[in-house]
Amino acid sequence: MAGRTVYDKIWDAHAVAERDDGLTILYIDRHLLHEVTSPQAFEGLALAGRHPWRRDANLATPDHNVPTTNRAAGIDGIDDPVARTQVVTLDENCKRFAIEQFEMTDVRQGIVHVIGPEQGATLPGMTIVCGDSHTSTHGAFAALAHGIGTSEVEHVLATQCLVQRKSRNMRIVADGDLGAGVGAKDLILAIIGAIGTAGATGHAVEYAGSAVRALSMEARMTLCNMSVEAGGRAGLVAVDDTTIDYVHGRPFAPVGALWDRAEEYWRGLKSDDDASFDREVHLDASQIVPQVTWGTSPELVLGIDETVPAPEAFDDPAKRELCERALDYMDLVPGTAMTDVAVDRVFIGSCTNGRIEDFRAAAAVLDGRKVADSVTQALAVPGSGLVKQQAEAEGLDAIFKAAGFEWRDPGCSMCLAMNEDRLYPRERSAATSNRNFEGRQGYLGRTHLVSPAMAAAAAVAGHFADVREF
Amino acid sequence: MDPFVSHTGVVVPLDRANVDTDQIIPKQFLKSIRRTGFGDNLFDAWRYLDEGDIGMNANERRINHDFVLNAPRFADGSILLARDNFGCGSSREHAVWALAEYGFRCVIAPSFADIFFTNALKNGLLLVVLAESQIDAVFSAVATTVGFSLTVDLRAQRIDGDAFHATFDIEPERKRLLLEGMDDIGLTMRHADAIRAFETAHRERQPWVFREGG
Repeated sequence: MAGRTVYDKIWDAHAVAERDDGLTILYIDRHLLHEVTSPQAFEGLALAGRHPWRRDANLATPDHNVPTTNRAAGIDGIDDPVARTQVVTLDENCKRFAIEQFEMTDVRQGIVHVIGPEQGATLPGMTIVCGDSHTSTHGAFAALAHGIGTSEVEHVLATQCLVQRKSRNMRIVADGDLGAGVGAKDLILAIIGAIGTAGATGHAVEYAGSAVRALSMEARMTLCNMSVEAGGRAGLVAVDDTTIDYVHGRPFAPVGALWDRAEEYWRGLKSDDDASFDREVHLDASQIVPQVTWGTSPELVLGIDETVPAPEAFDDPAKRELCERALDYMDLVPGTAMTDVAVDRVFIGSCTNGRIEDFRAAAAVLDGRKVADSVTQALAVPGSGLVKQQAEAEGLDAIFKAAGFEWRDPGCSMCLAMNEDRLYPRERSAATSNRNFEGRQGYLGRTHLVSPAMAAAAAVAGHFADVREF
Repeated sequence: MDPFVSHTGVVVPLDRANVDTDQIIPKQFLKSIRRTGFGDNLFDAWRYLDEGDIGMNANERRINHDFVLNAPRFADGSILLARDNFGCGSSREHAVWALAEYGFRCVIAPSFADIFFTNALKNGLLLVVLAESQIDAVFSAVATTVGFSLTVDLRAQRIDGDAFHATFDIEPERKRLLLEGMDDIGLTMRHADAIRAFETAHRERQPWVFREGG
């Protein structure tokens, strides 16, 4: 038999049946739910008189539009009545269908893609879905994880399966060592810059190479998280000691003899030496400098030492037009050094960069420094209640607050600005989130994506700055 | 789901690549717990000059007359013509609901993002992939002919209009789903015995996946 990729192996282990039309019914091990993309699915389920196929596969939490202040007030603390209804609806649906939920005031509440791994609800080899495109995050555990729409949320609730056509295999190999001050966020932004925002469309992407092997689990989550920004529904990293060590002892992880059995299976979740990939991309990680996006698509990204490009720099007329639109929306002039671009607000958090290592990296830059007076607001939003607790135990909150950051309660917050945390028209942010689309962080807001360390550096300098010089 | 068999309509040209789902339906409208009510807010930040919010009356808003959807000649448009990577970004199915509720039955582009593609299928919105050169030809035809319309025939997998003729590919099962407007969940439920059998075996092989009391 020909060698198989990690993706092939997980796929094969979950294929229930092949339909006459060639599509596969794929079994889903874990389904994460949140308040925004689930209400219509639960309603559909109820209207059809259906019920969840396997309740214990599901785990829910509100994250997208919860406020990041006054968490103790719970649902009463949500001023926006429409948002409140959505969170209440999730509560009601979870009770009605007996689905486990970490409610707003539960210390385990947080962004779905932070709490899954944190709880061990994300395990290697699983198929994991959620009505959120950044479900690709969980691929860091060699899980097959991807985002789905609301109709598919209903489909998974009702049948514990999805009807799928298999993706093609793609491997992105990053060899060499990432330099000091350069991390997983810079690596994935550089990858997206190289292959484009549709570069991995139709593919499951496996990240490999010495630079990837050297990453922590949290860094691998950052990497896999933004696979979707490269067009790939799923990103994966093979299991190694780093994976096993992270999972061990998590609340939902197996224990005792079952752990031993699981570990043995998980250690086989790597691509065979003779596995073939439909597409392969190689990068030299040692050449990557801290990245910052300048435009309105994640592929419009530069090294911090570069200048804003001119439309003429692009050969492809479509790219040139994209560049012109982006320059206009972002109010940037070609030739401007990125280090001369001033920021109004700084956001550190999100499913991309809302974990403890992210706050440690930012705190290391902020320690003993102050946020520049010209910066209107600097927000630190932990990805979960447990991340917040851990950061406070390490005294990181004190460093953030002393520097002039606001230390908030967990949620998606200014990544997509469904709650009160947002950019106002024409404001510019340094954000550790994942999308710089027009209006993403607020109507007419201008987003620049960076790593946590780079966001901290921008907060201190008042403009983008090379964190390697801090 | 409403079936899609054949549709004739005016083509609306949206000459932009990478149109993301944040543009198709901005996040503030995602707070709704319903499947309807998104049509007025399709492309909200491009279509209006003021900042939109849930519950606003579209008739009282400031219209961006420079945006193609607001041009009188495209007022009744029902086929959207777009560029590469249409529907990238967030998995929000609200984007498809908004396009469909506005009145679009079909989107034609050189490529679509994966999740958007699946979501469209579930809602009877036909996505047609044509080659870049064919797309260019339709953009030209729309620019020169007021009221330029196309007939999209799913059964024949053909698109026809004045001096424009093309065929398109679609996977047979997707075609069948659209033609018959089938209930996807009902189809999968026919395999319930196979799913149960798989689950029992899966539980033997990987018991750690299952939590007690499931």
